[in-house]
Order: sequence, then C-alpha cells, then structure tokens
Amino acid sequence: MEKEDLIEALRARFPAEVEAYAESYGDQTLVVRREALRPLMTALKAAPFDYALLLDATCVDFLASESRLEMVYHLYSLSRNRRLRIKASLPGDNPVVDSLVGLWKNADWLEREVFDMFGVAFMGHPDLRRILMYEGFEGHPLRKSYPWRKEQPRIPLKD
Amino acid sequence: MESRIQKQARPDSMLLNMGPSHPAMHGTFRIMLELDGERIVNAECEIGYLHRGFEKTCENKTYFNLLPYTDRLNYVSPQINNLGYCMTMEKMLGVGVPERAQLIRVLMGELSRVSDHLTCIAAMAMENGAFTVFLYMMKAREFLWDVIEFTTGSRMTTSYIRIGGVRADLAAGWRETVAKGVLETRRVLKDVHGLLDGNQIFLNRTRGLAAISKEDALSYGWTGPCLRSTGVLYDVRKAHPYLLYDRLQFDVPLGEYGDNFDRYMVRMKEMEQSLRLIEQVAALIPDAAPRVQAEGLEPAEAIRRGRLENPRRPVRLSPNLEGSEKDVYPQILTADAPVAVPAKEDTYTTMEGLISHFLFFMKGHGIRPPRGDVYFSVEGGNGELGYYVVSDGTDRPYRLHLRAPCFHLVSALEGLIKGRFVADVIPTFGSMNMIGGELDR
Repeated sequence: MEKEDLIEALRARFPAEVEAYAESYGDQTLVVRREALRPLMTALKAAPFDYALLLDATCVDFLASESRLEMVYHLYSLSRNRRLRIKASLPGDNPVVDSLVGLWKNADWLEREVFDMFGVAFMGHPDLRRILMYEGFEGHPLRKSYPWRKEQPRIPLKD
Repeated sequence: MESRIQKQARPDSMLLNMGPSHPAMHGTFRIMLELDGERIVNAECEIGYLHRGFEKTCENKTYFNLLPYTDRLNYVSPQINNLGYCMTMEKMLGVGVPERAQLIRVLMGELSRVSDHLTCIAAMAMENGAFTVFLYMMKAREFLWDVIEFTTGSRMTTSYIRIGGVRADLAAGWRETVAKGVLETRRVLKDVHGLLDGNQIFLNRTRGLAAISKEDALSYGWTGPCLRSTGVLYDVRKAHPYLLYDRLQFDVPLGEYGDNFDRYMVRMKEMEQSLRLIEQVAALIPDAAPRVQAEGLEPAEAIRRGRLENPRRPVRLSPNLEGSEKDVYPQILTADAPVAVPAKEDTYTTMEGLISHFLFFMKGHGIRPPRGDVYFSVEGGNGELGYYVVSDGTDRPYRLHLRAPCFHLVSALEGLIKGRFVADVIPTFGSMNMIGGELDR
C-alpha cells in the first residue's frame, strides 16, 4: 500500500481526527488529535495497515503555550516494510493521553518512561510510576523547564 | 516506600532480591522475586541504576560534541552506536559519504557486532558454568579488537565513526590483522559449538526455557537476534539497507522456538555471517596509495620552530591520529564544509584553516541541520538501534531520543521468568544481552 492509499484510507475512517500528513526527510508523519489516538492506533495495528511493531514512543517539549508537549510514536509494519510516525499534541499543564498498553505490551515501559521524563499521564495504564528516576525525585527532567545541572537532595537509604 | 511486588506478595511467600549488584546482573539491574519454594510466583524488574541523563546531556551539547556519549551506550559495540547517530545526522544534513569510508564503516560495524555477540554468549555460558567458553571468546574478541585498536587507538570507546565519514584511514597492515582475527574467531566458534551444542548441562538450562511466541515478541517490540530466534525475519540491514549492505551477500539466521537455546544459536550463526561480511568487505577495500613517509612534526614543535625559522616555510605536521592526514581526507570524510573537522595541517599552518577550525567548534556555528525531525535506525548487536532527532536549526539538538533495543527486550523479562525456577533467571537474562548503558541511558 502506497502512502496515498494509506492516507486516503485513514482519512476516510477518521475524517476529523487526522490533522495533517507530512514527510520529513522521507519519514511519513501523521499528526492526529490526541482523543483519537487509541482508536487510530487500533485501526493501524489491524489489517490492512498491519503496523505490528510499536518501535518507539517518546515525547518532545516545545515550550509553547497551547500545545506544549508532543507525543511521538514510531510504528513499523513487517508485512509492508514501512515505518510510520504518529504525533499528537498535549497541553503543558495536566497532559493526559490514552494508554496503548492494551495494544502493545512494550507500551508499558515506554509510557512509564515518558511519564517519568515528561510528566504525561496515560489513561488506562496499569502501573504508572517512575522507571528510570527514583521514587522521591521531584520534577520531570526532560522538560525544557528543568535545568540541566539541577541537583536534588540525597534520599534516605531504603531498608 | 513499598514496591509493587511487596504490596501484592502473599504473606506466606518469600521475597528475594537479585541485584542491583549481582554477578549475573551484567551491570546494575534489580529483579525482585516472589518465591514459593524455588519457583518464581511473581517478579518485578527495576531499572535506572545506570541512568546518566544521556538525552538531557545531548540537548546541551553540539552535534559534534555529543558523539563520545553515544560510545558509552553500548561499550562493547560503540561503533554501531556511532554509526547510528552519524547516519541519522547524515540523513538530516543530506551528506554523502565516500565509498571507502562506507566500506570501513561496514567492516567496523561487523567487527563490533561479532564482539557484542561474543561478549553476550561468553557471559551467558560462564554463568551456566562453562568458564572455558568465556575465556575462549574473550580471546577471540581481543584478536578482533586488535583491528579496532590499531586503527582508532582505543579498544572500547572509540568515537571513530564521524558525521560524514570516519576519523582515520585503516592502520597499516590491517589486512593481516583482520585475517588473523577472522581465523581465530572461526576457530573459537567451532570450539564453542563443540563445547555447548550437545552439552547436557547447557541444554538443560537453555532448551525449552523462557520461550516466547512470535506474537509476544512482536508485541514487546523485540528486534534483532532475539526476535529472529522466534522465527520472524526482520533485520534492518535487509529491510532498510544502509551503507553497502544491499551489495553484500549474507544470510539472516532464524530460530524456531524463541527459547534461550535459540537465542544462543541465532547469535552464534550471526557471527559466522558477520565474519563472512568482514571478509567480503576486506576484499572490496582497495589498498591505499602508499603514503609519503615524510618526517612529521608535532604541532607544538612546529610552532616552536616557526618562531625560530621562517614561518612561511611549509612544514609537514603529523596529525594526532595516523591515517587522518590531509591527503587521505577525501577518501574517508565528506568534503561538505561544515560537517567534518578541517584537516589539522590546515589548522596549524594557514590562517584560513585556523578560521574554519574555529568556526567549526565555536558556539553557535559548526554543524547546524535545518529544522525538522528525523528517525533513522541501524541494526545494532541487540536489534534495531534508532535515533530520533529534533532540530530547531541551532547547533544543538532540540531533542535526541534513543530507541534502545534492550529496553524492549528487558521489558519482557518479568513475564518470561514467571513460573520458572530461580536458577532459570540467569540463562534467560544472559541470553537477552542486557546492556546497562543503553537500557538506562
């Protein structure tokens, strides 16, 4: 399936939810509304799109007032040998997006990492807590508002 | 603070803590086990002990400066990490790489892949009691690292592959070193096949243990040898050929059951294919033109003499690293001006060279890709190693994210060891090849 077919098929099913399509250095990118993320991903995982692999999920902090954070997902289709990037904007305060744990199992740790680093809450995640930083760490270190060299006090030893 | 497993544990079961400092945990990694006798009822993995803020640091370094940080993601195969980052930036900058540099990259990448697999299997075998295998494989690795050491000057964190090419040409006599390394590795592989393939102790601890289905492996985002051990054909070198992999002949070995033994076997077979690739590439790399063996001066000595003698008299400088003289630059580095470090001979002897050197390294100048975002991945030792870079047009990445293959592998560990014995944790964890550097970033 070529990219035009893909876009048409997606637009037909999600007319309002797909906000834009772009190509950046040859990478196909879809910008979608965050409410539609989960149904769209469900459709993309199934035939005929068949994006079986969630390669990666991460976030970018753009420091803008309206849509500060942007979730970035990379999908890969084994049968069609194609990659796809999905983006969804989130507000800076109280960013919430649907969890994809039900669709891909590695979304569990990926979303925990995004929560840890950016403070994005994932609705429906079974066990949303920090993964790389420790409990008791304050703030979300990959946000642009977090100073690079900021130090935090030592935490007491665990028993 | 209680962990999840402590809260959920049944009152009569025993909690056992493996790691973070444990000989079989390959770095710092913690598994908390809830045990019923010796059977694992529940498990929880805790990562992050090696978190260094790689991504945050990269946002505060220039595109050129952050290269050494990528070495430290996987210290056994740093060249593949370099390669992934450099090719991501080349995709963004639209830079072409000379063919000789591409061949050297394939050679170095495959050497790194073999040493990665050697390390993984060596550690896995050692933890299962086969210490001989460990010593044999470390020996083979040293022969391969000779090639890397003679060319780059260091064994592990090489920073050898640069944006636009490689740092230096191969060291003199590299053909013999490569041939010796390949020969010794083949011998070791044959020995290890003999030592482990039919070894009942090894088979009991690997065959049929911690098997993962194709569907689960895909759902966990597995790539690389671990995914191929379940029978799924996905290799970035075949699916999205980069460098010259589409011109080279190699097979992608597949497993069947996705158990520990298949993961071991796929890695063993992959090493043979990588050795095949190394031989092909070595045959393709033409001999460099014999270099004029002029007496070179160290830069400080040249400056001292310049004060005493006529400063306009041309001097021949010895660059810091042999093989990166100005006359070999066109073969190993792209000619696009703001991408590669200017030749040291120019920097030390001409005003224009000095200016271009300063412009390259000065804040706000140097490599400045256009705005946009890019994803590129290479086949690392563990699977798809991807970089996602967002550029805002300045000389620092606005955001750099690493898709670490073993992050996805390790996220499946909890499920794989549930219901097994404590002793099964070790071969399962060993066969996954957890690399703390890229797992925790």
